[in-house]
Amino acid sequence: MAILRLVVRRLLSSIPLLFVVSAFTFVLVSLVPGDPARTIVGQHATEAQYDDVRARLGLDDSLPAQYWHWLRGVLHGDLGASLFTGEPVAQMLNTRLPVSLSLIVTGTIVSGIIGVSLGVLSARRGGALVRTVDVLSLVGLAVPAFWLALVLIALFAVKLRWLPVTGYVPFADDPTEWARSLVLPVVSMSVSSVAIIAKQTRDSVLDTMSRDFIRVMEANGFRQRSILYRHVLRNAALPVVTVLGVVMVSLLAGAVFVETIFALPGLGGETSSATVQHDIPVIQGVVLYVTGVVVVVNLLVDLAYGRLDPRVRAA
Amino acid sequence: MSTTAQATANAAVNSPTAKPSSPGLVRRVLRRPAAVIATAWLALLLLATTAAPLFTAHDPLSQDLDNVLSGPSGSHLLGTDVLGRDLLSRLLFGGRSTLGAVVEALTVYLLIGVTLGLLAGYRGGWVDWVTTRVADMMFAMPPIIIVLVVLAVFPGNLHAAMITFGILGAPGLMRVLRAQTLTIREELFIAAAKVAGLTHGQILRRHVLPRMASTIIVQGALFSAIVVIIQAGLGYLGLGAQPPDPSWGGLVADASQAIDRDPWMLVPAGVPLVLTVVALALLGDAIRDAAVEKWSVSKASSGPDKAKAKAAAAPADAGSEAPLPPDPQALLSVRGLTIEIGGTRVVDGVSLDVAPGETVGLVGESGCGKSVTSLGVLGLIPGGGRITAGSVVFDGVEVSGSRDAMAAIRGTGIAYVSQEPMVALDPTYPVGRQLAEAVHTHRGGSREEARKRAVELLDSVHIPNPEAVARRYPHQLSGGMAQRVAIALALAGEPRLLIADEPTTALDVTVQAEILGLLRELQERTGMAVLIVTHDWGVVADLCRRAVVMYAGQVVEQADVEPMFARPMHPYTAGLMAANPHKAVWGEPLPTIPGAVPAPRDWPHGCRFAARCDLATDACRADAVALTEPQAGRLTRCIHVQSLIEEGSLR
Repeated sequence: MAILRLVVRRLLSSIPLLFVVSAFTFVLVSLVPGDPARTIVGQHATEAQYDDVRARLGLDDSLPAQYWHWLRGVLHGDLGASLFTGEPVAQMLNTRLPVSLSLIVTGTIVSGIIGVSLGVLSARRGGALVRTVDVLSLVGLAVPAFWLALVLIALFAVKLRWLPVTGYVPFADDPTEWARSLVLPVVSMSVSSVAIIAKQTRDSVLDTMSRDFIRVMEANGFRQRSILYRHVLRNAALPVVTVLGVVMVSLLAGAVFVETIFALPGLGGETSSATVQHDIPVIQGVVLYVTGVVVVVNLLVDLAYGRLDPRVRAA
Repeated sequence: MSTTAQATANAAVNSPTAKPSSPGLVRRVLRRPAAVIATAWLALLLLATTAAPLFTAHDPLSQDLDNVLSGPSGSHLLGTDVLGRDLLSRLLFGGRSTLGAVVEALTVYLLIGVTLGLLAGYRGGWVDWVTTRVADMMFAMPPIIIVLVVLAVFPGNLHAAMITFGILGAPGLMRVLRAQTLTIREELFIAAAKVAGLTHGQILRRHVLPRMASTIIVQGALFSAIVVIIQAGLGYLGLGAQPPDPSWGGLVADASQAIDRDPWMLVPAGVPLVLTVVALALLGDAIRDAAVEKWSVSKASSGPDKAKAKAAAAPADAGSEAPLPPDPQALLSVRGLTIEIGGTRVVDGVSLDVAPGETVGLVGESGCGKSVTSLGVLGLIPGGGRITAGSVVFDGVEVSGSRDAMAAIRGTGIAYVSQEPMVALDPTYPVGRQLAEAVHTHRGGSREEARKRAVELLDSVHIPNPEAVARRYPHQLSGGMAQRVAIALALAGEPRLLIADEPTTALDVTVQAEILGLLRELQERTGMAVLIVTHDWGVVADLCRRAVVMYAGQVVEQADVEPMFARPMHPYTAGLMAANPHKAVWGEPLPTIPGAVPAPRDWPHGCRFAARCDLATDACRADAVALTEPQAGRLTRCIHVQSLIEEGSLR
């Protein structure tokens, strides 16, 4: 019951974010130089055709009225149509969302497992592993995903021919090929995520190990193994969960590049091509979808927090 | 009127802490090899891109279709691209747009971040509230998506994109600076500056901003690194410089076109980019480390102090008497226990015994080494410290040398109760489960048995309704309850000795008495021995049979409680007893011992208490004082003990 209340409260508190982001996008779009109706109908349209398009786009209304009109459409699942293909934006993005989700969810799981293990090991063992995490975080910051992706393609797809160069196979068609098509994209996106998670985990574990209750447990003869796995990790998990949320959102941003390179038909690739084509309705739709994903990720983080920390649950 | 304030303000201006960006910082940064290499690379890059025609003979746009993808050669140092254009030249000319992007984004980032950070931190109130909320919201969205929206609306306008990116990055800087401003604002010299009649603007500009210079540089360097990557990313997507103009991202895109024919081009296209980002990040790290180093140098000791610490340590060695062999009758027998933390001796040759069933008080002010001694007995020294000499014998077995032997006695031989009950339990598990885990660890058996025993333990420390409390989390307990649970946890292994480190200090007075009563009762019931660390003579009088008084890492007096109360044989013990608030006389000021316990590195050569002692003479300061036994069962570390005894008998 408390969980349900948390979910509802979180969703309500995300309304301002959705509102601000959509309003910002809308106002920005209204600044588009030139006349969108003219752009759509082209140079050779008749005046009647032009007026028709203008009326259909609601361009003669005031800005708030246009926004309200657009918002009502959004609430009814109508995000307009692509200027480029004429396809309804909602339909278009709905087919692309699963691709991006499989990318960022796999990326989060993979980098979470590797990052947390590295972080715990380097906190426990110290020495060379500490250096490894430090170097990895420098590499993660400095090596852009799009360049790393190309290097990986050159090595594993072109030279060694172990993995497909580009393309996406839906999970339903062939799970093995689906996995193979995700290996290089996930690896090239995840290097920096692994570094961020490993560093946070290390700091968090070290911090927890210096806390009073851990010393009390040691002094009263709790087993080292239990102290580490049951108590230190659980307490250290809270900041790590926050970082996992941040990583998930940043993977969404990384998807813009990685999906373009690997020709994956996801949201990210769509964002970059829509930007190149100035396909405004698609861009507006993408922003809404991305904001939605951000809201859901934050909700998941909050729920995980509630699971892990009884104090949050009670609050 | 305001002359003193003015002077203080001036002193603040002139004090070294007000100017962390003095030449000293630059020199300290450049002492690091990584920083030198990073700076050299960035300087070279800056020079080579701005003066590109001097570094390359080729025009970045001139094609040579007979010589495409040539690879490195004498005339083309980095090779050529798919159209036979010189890569070095394209790299250097392309670097110009990178540089421009960094300048644009960084300017916006600094302007907004610094202004809002200072304002929010200095003004507080609604300004702070609004800026923080807006910053939080901007943090939620991935910046690259917003930048793409801007580029969709303003096609090809990289300036707009970079300004947007600067705006989106600014909340990060704002948060850091806001926190720093809040701290600095609270400091004394700002108050002084205000009295001196400076305006807010002057205070911010002259006093607050300079202190944050190194932080701003570090954040700026990291942000520049990210701008370099983002700008290249936009270039790669074809949203930056339009072909045929060169850009770093465009080079990577060109390389991707030729990836199946000649992957070499990926190297010149990507490596300089990576190196630049690495250089910016390393430089940022170096500046931060150098700034931190300055703080720790000014705070901690440098050369002379260390020498003094050594000088203090050496005679202490000579003075520390060879400890007696461990007492075979004792349950716990500590001999000459010496502990160092970070190379500094904090416990110096402590010897004490606890007989089976006995209660011993370990008494002294904060910073005398009582807690470290008690943790040392358990082999759990905080802060990476270690036992450098001495022995701990428990129940006839030497445990101090062996990690395993120490671990084997914890919980079942010796248990431990800490000072702060509210942080002594794992906040993420119900207390019953923690107790059950302890029971299960020490006694084995089924989970159900362990759970039952956990409830029994809660009952044994007089927790009402133990079944319900077992299901509660630590944050749902009061301090007194939490301490009872912590005691129950210590009892789970049925220990023969309980070490209680100031178990009542953090509690209310009425609760203190209850906990002390509980300890006494448990001790009578189970027959376990108790070593109680305290600074409260009331606790000693209440519970203990014997007391060991520590000062500056040493035992200074040890005796049965009654004779010690009747006639303390060390001036420190006498001073502590006189300062006992329980004995305060209404209407008279509470007597105190003037001065404070010296820090371990400042321990003097002679008697460590001499500086605070009425009886001190030159003889006290001349040599380390040995522990003597002027009467049977009484130990003291004072050369004036005879006069203390006589004074006492006169009284």
